[in-house]
Amino acid sequence: MSVTPIVTTPTVIHAVVDTEGLAEKISIRNLDFFYGDHRALKNINVPLYQGKVTAFIGPSGCGKSTLLRVLNRMYDLYPNQRASGHVTLDNQDILSPRQDLNLLRAKVGMVFQKPTPFPMTIYENIAFGIRLYEKLAQSELDDRVRHALDRAALWNEVKDKLGANGLSLSGGQQQRLCIARTVAVRPEVILFDEPCSALDPISTAKIEELIDELKDDYTIAIVTHNMQQAARVSDFTAFMYLGEMIEFGDTTRIFTNPNDRRTQDYITGRFG
Amino acid sequence: MTDHTMKAFDTDLQDLSRMVAEMGGLAEKQVADAVDALAKRDTTLAQRVTAADANIDALQREIEEKSVLTIARRQPMAVDLREVVGALRLANDLERIGDLAKNIAKRVIALNGEFPPPKLIRGVDHMSDLLLGQLKTVLDAYARRDITKAMAVWRGDEEIDAVCTSVFRELLTYMMEDPRNITFCIHLLFCAKNIERMGDHATNIAETVHYIIEGRPIADQRPKGDTTSFSALRAAGDK
Repeated sequence: MSVTPIVTTPTVIHAVVDTEGLAEKISIRNLDFFYGDHRALKNINVPLYQGKVTAFIGPSGCGKSTLLRVLNRMYDLYPNQRASGHVTLDNQDILSPRQDLNLLRAKVGMVFQKPTPFPMTIYENIAFGIRLYEKLAQSELDDRVRHALDRAALWNEVKDKLGANGLSLSGGQQQRLCIARTVAVRPEVILFDEPCSALDPISTAKIEELIDELKDDYTIAIVTHNMQQAARVSDFTAFMYLGEMIEFGDTTRIFTNPNDRRTQDYITGRFG
Repeated sequence: MTDHTMKAFDTDLQDLSRMVAEMGGLAEKQVADAVDALAKRDTTLAQRVTAADANIDALQREIEEKSVLTIARRQPMAVDLREVVGALRLANDLERIGDLAKNIAKRVIALNGEFPPPKLIRGVDHMSDLLLGQLKTVLDAYARRDITKAMAVWRGDEEIDAVCTSVFRELLTYMMEDPRNITFCIHLLFCAKNIERMGDHATNIAETVHYIIEGRPIADQRPKGDTTSFSALRAAGDK
């Protein structure tokens, strides 16, 4: 991979954050995004700190999911969509045309709103992705599959039916299978796009517990419409509105004493 | 402030605020009546104060229930969360103020119409005037969400503390002067201490009002003037 390293000062932030001991895994600077002529993201500046969970909140259409889709260049799959500005992962610009997209997506995994297991066995759902990137002996592959299912808190529920179709699992289990699939290729960053919006409260609690465990090893970004979920699982929260980053800061502060009036109106349910 | 999308949430918060204001009014009246009963040694009024304390306690329970229900139902955030947590704290302080007023009333009943020289009570009278002023201002600060007034109360407590210390010394001298004053003066001492405590609760309320408005505690150290805990009076001949 040949990308230009960009080393700059810390990303501009909107509120005082105690950055001691924090490393910016991903830095987003002056990011604009266009769907054709429509400017969906406007000059976004925000860091994702290593080993921390950052939640993106905001009303529908504010650009949260768009922002997430930039982080693994998902938009490249569609015509007429383009990003400008800088997004660096470990100080390397991932928006560069020379960025190897497969490698990027292995490093930056994504879990979607609706569980999307492949129409294959539970085992194959996990092994498939690993085989794309690595050649492993069968026993090693077995270990990796088990480890991934273990991390996703699914192993105990599926260990006796690894040959069953992934689609036969319940919604919550399918979502955890997708998380296992993401974890299996050993990413560094995991993006969650409303991972619990289709799940019942118990499955939601399991996913939240999982996010809490995963953050020791991964940098996590989560888009959620559930304010309480953002408050529960994240360390940092970014509030977006109409394509702009309105406020970024410590989750504790954002939910108890936000700086911006619009943030306050949104999180307290006063948005007209 | 803009209304909530969910109108019932606005009603919940307004109800809470109204209940706290009502409780504040009740507590204020209890204090005024208790010190009035003390000044006039009015046993009947004192008995009324003792009985009315139950109303304050009942309101506190209502505020607690309403707050818990609002948290469970609406999951308040930011300023709304601070409003609800603030209501809980205010209700606590007001309930304590009510208790202290009741304690003064009980002492009035215990004195059973004793009429010692009026000069004995002047200091405590002055303290209660100061306290009633503080209470009125701080309840006003809450009703209007007025941070300037809240801070004035927070700083103003020092004066009550200072008067309390001087009352303490003054009463000691009266007791030494004439042992027949002792019973009355001891009761007065406790009343003075009760008023001083109410002053502390008034500053707690000021702190809560500051928290509701600003979202953070007051950073400074509060000025304090009560030194009765370390005061001693030397007997004649002591060095």
